[in-house]
Amino acid sequence: MTPAGTDIEHTGHTPAATALRRKDLLGITDLTPEEIALILDTAEAMKEVGTRPIKKVPALRGKTVVNLFFEPSTRTRTSFEIAEKRLSADTLNIAIGTSSVVKGETLADTALNLEAMSPDMIVLRHSSSGACHLLSRICRAAIINAGDGMHEHPTQALLDAFTIRERKKRLRGLKVAIIGDLLHSRVLRSNIQLLTKMGARVWVCGPPTLIPTDVGRFGVVATSNVDEAVADADVVMLLRIQLERMEGAYFPSLREYFHVFGMTEARLRRAKPDVIIMHPGPMNRGVEIASEVADGPYSVILDQVANGVAVRMAVLYLLAGGAEHEEAA
Amino acid sequence: MPVVMDADRIGRTLARIAHEIVERNKGVDDLALVGIRTRGVPIARRLARAIKEITGHDVPTGALDITLYRDDLMRHAVGPQPQVRRTEIQFSIDNRKILLVDDVLYTGRTTRAALDALIDYGRPKGIQLVVLVDRGHRELPIKADYVGKNLPTSPEESVQVRLQEIDGQDEVVLQQGGGA
Repeated sequence: MTPAGTDIEHTGHTPAATALRRKDLLGITDLTPEEIALILDTAEAMKEVGTRPIKKVPALRGKTVVNLFFEPSTRTRTSFEIAEKRLSADTLNIAIGTSSVVKGETLADTALNLEAMSPDMIVLRHSSSGACHLLSRICRAAIINAGDGMHEHPTQALLDAFTIRERKKRLRGLKVAIIGDLLHSRVLRSNIQLLTKMGARVWVCGPPTLIPTDVGRFGVVATSNVDEAVADADVVMLLRIQLERMEGAYFPSLREYFHVFGMTEARLRRAKPDVIIMHPGPMNRGVEIASEVADGPYSVILDQVANGVAVRMAVLYLLAGGAEHEEAA
Repeated sequence: MPVVMDADRIGRTLARIAHEIVERNKGVDDLALVGIRTRGVPIARRLARAIKEITGHDVPTGALDITLYRDDLMRHAVGPQPQVRRTEIQFSIDNRKILLVDDVLYTGRTTRAALDALIDYGRPKGIQLVVLVDRGHRELPIKADYVGKNLPTSPEESVQVRLQEIDGQDEVVLQQGGGA
């Protein structure tokens, strides 16, 4: 026990040494299964904060968090901002349209200028894969990846896992089918790493043109047969068709995509009776998902949004002390 | 490693405190028990059972996690963040008399954090503090209303409360050089 431990009573046994021993959250790749479980457990406590009459705790009082968004985002940015406010952090939002990037400043220069104002944490969304790693090397502030290009979106994968665990009470052994635009999806990359680390059986499904060639190395089953992917699934996760990232013709038309891969009630009958339907949003109704499914009884899509706040609170809380004690060590 | 309270002693002490609670509050109407995690929670549950035996009435009981209210969070030297656990208070604390329950009263900083946390849940009519052991060395102006045992200690000693529900046995032990 540290000498500073006398600041507050430690009358019981020291709890199991569980902490995020890292400065940044750049991706799921770096996390151990124990760290993932710690984040999900902490998020459960954070979720309770959101049910109180006063939805705010003083844990991050005096900490400054910058939300630096180089790509449009409503859900993720709002979710981070609510999470920061519930922990009493001071928050600052910088969106690309209003920043000096439009005047030609590089990402590194923007970061160094922010750094000079001593923020404690930077939440970064950027269209280039690896932007967070660059910032992590040049900034003392903790960097949280809120989505970088086609690389990772770790907090989305964590909130998906939290939502699955909340409904199914476990991750190990579940069959999770992820269907949609696999090629352009950072949500997929983060999710398959997290789910396989936690012992779930992951199937990915999409048009052959949208299946990444290296997907097999993550230990997942890839198929273009949607019925096979959905069969006996505990979880069906749909991914958005990302037209804005597509530089060629990957499939004939959106209508044809829906006809072959769109999730309908009829298709869903092959899954387990208690299957849950997930979508990271924003949804293209009538493309990857039928409205009857999105709004149906199996859908946990709005739970995902609600849980996002709790999971981001957990990440912010756990990283807030991490950078300092890494330096002290 | 001297045992300062054994299982019998802890049992008799909690029975006595339960009687004091009923007497001082002239019954159990509008009372509720809130245990501070970790070991305040089983103590609060045992007090609820004892009060039920005395009066025949159930007293609502909850669990409070104070981690997010600690005054040593995010300070250098402290090291990794302590694990946050769920607060479970399934009743409204508005206009109730809340019995806040902890195992050991020491600097008073845990109690301060608990008072802040509790008040975020509503506006109780009053808060009373119940502790199994008061070991002295207060750093804040806080005093317990019900004390199981006053135990003079030096700051170098540590007081370990062990409870059946968590540790598999009931005892209070005074250790040298525990630092807490």
